[in-house]
Amino acid sequence: MEAASVRPRSLSSRGLPPVWVWTGVAFLLVSVVVGTLVGPIEIGVADALRSFGAKLHLPGVESTLGQTEETILWELRVPRVVLAALVGATLALAGATYQGVFRNPLADPYLLGVAAGAGLGATVAIAYLPRGLRGQELLPPLAFAGGSVAVVLTYAIGRSVGRERDAATLVLAGVTVASFFTALQSFVQQRNSETLQEVYSWILGSLPSSGWADVLLILPYVTVAAVVILVHRRVLDVLSVGDDEAASLGVNVRRARLVVVVAATVGTAAAVAVTGLIGFVGIIVPHAIRLVVGANYRALLPLSIVVGAGFLVLADVVARTALAPAELPIGIVTAFVGAPFFAIVLRTGRGRG
Amino acid sequence: MSAIALRDVSVSYGRTPVVTEIELDVAEGAWLALIGPNGAGKTTLLRAIARHVSFTGEIRLRGRASGSFSRRELARLVAVVPQQPSTPPWLTVSEYVLLGRTPYLGAFEQEGRRDREAAARALERLDLLELADRRLGTLSGGELQRAVVARALAQDAAIVLLDEPTAALDIGHQQQALELLDTLRGEAGLTFVAAMHDLTLAAQYADRMVLLDQGRIAADGSPADVLDEALLERHYDASVQVLELDGRIAVVPRRGSRRSAHTTP
Repeated sequence: MEAASVRPRSLSSRGLPPVWVWTGVAFLLVSVVVGTLVGPIEIGVADALRSFGAKLHLPGVESTLGQTEETILWELRVPRVVLAALVGATLALAGATYQGVFRNPLADPYLLGVAAGAGLGATVAIAYLPRGLRGQELLPPLAFAGGSVAVVLTYAIGRSVGRERDAATLVLAGVTVASFFTALQSFVQQRNSETLQEVYSWILGSLPSSGWADVLLILPYVTVAAVVILVHRRVLDVLSVGDDEAASLGVNVRRARLVVVVAATVGTAAAVAVTGLIGFVGIIVPHAIRLVVGANYRALLPLSIVVGAGFLVLADVVARTALAPAELPIGIVTAFVGAPFFAIVLRTGRGRG
Repeated sequence: MSAIALRDVSVSYGRTPVVTEIELDVAEGAWLALIGPNGAGKTTLLRAIARHVSFTGEIRLRGRASGSFSRRELARLVAVVPQQPSTPPWLTVSEYVLLGRTPYLGAFEQEGRRDREAAARALERLDLLELADRRLGTLSGGELQRAVVARALAQDAAIVLLDEPTAALDIGHQQQALELLDTLRGEAGLTFVAAMHDLTLAAQYADRMVLLDQGRIAADGSPADVLDEALLERHYDASVQVLELDGRIAVVPRRGSRRSAHTTP
């Protein structure tokens, strides 16, 4: 048979179905608009757009907002929405990545001990640092350091034990390290019980309203993480057939897994450092996409970014408004949606995971 | 020059030797069946040739030491059809077959037109074009098996290692699969090394048989040489009768005598 007589057209389904791309982008746009406009001070769509135009120095466009509203919009709302989008995108992308490299539908961004390590770092910061240095100054770096140390330990233990097959050993090492760090964290917390409230609210996760500082803090990490993972998107599909088979297709399985896991972990640690632990995003977003689109990793990863971003922006809207003027920890919102959803995922069968 | 040459090849898991001092030459275009009881080392020997386990001794592929190949070079020469392939249920058949093109792509490259054409040819050869957009999770066992073979074919490798390629299939699908494999081998001049349990089927398709027992070669030759009643009884610890049907060999299990022979001192 001549190559011309076959139809390569029939093999074109490797990318993203356009309809899902647009659905995802539309979802993100709507979330961003809602996140920007909803709050204790109402800002109209037209006013916001005009203000945006003025920021871009469009000719003939003047902002119609007052000084206060202008500040609220650009120094509080927008940076918070952007931060939520970055964190949501990172957690969802990292979740999809972990599920891929460990071939485990339950793998989440906190799998390798990031959460426990970051929790210890944050608890130490809250318990031992003078009040003035806490919060924005030293808590994120300490949380980041704690998360990183935990992952390095996990990797060291996993490597020393499992020479042949990494995936399962690494997960077990992660569980070991996580319980060790959690024990340390509980100890520190118990010795400093007056800080319980503060530690607890960090663990539940919340988005700070600190303007652009946090966005700029995590932007380099999450960008690098996303780029590294996305260039490996085909490799993740190859890894889904198993270590031996991927190796016989010419892939350096160990190195690919290491690079991708490090990228996902760096992104996660950066996100966790500013927002605390926001659970379930990394599990429900990729699984929702799998259930609806049934996607390979080349489609799943970009979609996870878009949908994860939109999801966390919306979750933050709920967190800000449900008990206004009080604020609900965003981790409670994501878990409240996540737990029932997860039950559905389990019922529909783990085959797709 | 033989397609595969093994010299003094041994593999051990920890301190347990699994394959010991194997000497073997596989001719270009041959179908060699590896037979032997469970745990004889068939799969491990295939894994050593595929470089999935470390071994001592020397393995040469088309005259070149296997250790000197890069991963991708090796994958362009040797394809593997595993005993229990992982077939992610969310992948479509064409996506799965396209994975076979991995050794021809740069680290971060996506498939191009040539890869899609190679995959389309493989799909056509295995009569899978109509199932191209179906997800693996919706296929029957026989269809899944063909998809796995198609992926190996898209890999354009001259040497194909098959580990119990038909273990999950019923007798009809076993025949179809083996018939198909033999046709493909003839068309493309492929070299097959296949671990096989069904001795009768193995005798019908392989042109050479190697009987492994406890990691060593116990017999090597044509099916007629290797499928000897005494030899099989000794190495499989089984009671069988070797018959000749229509000029071909059939191995039939025999009931009764075995157990008493074993227990009587």
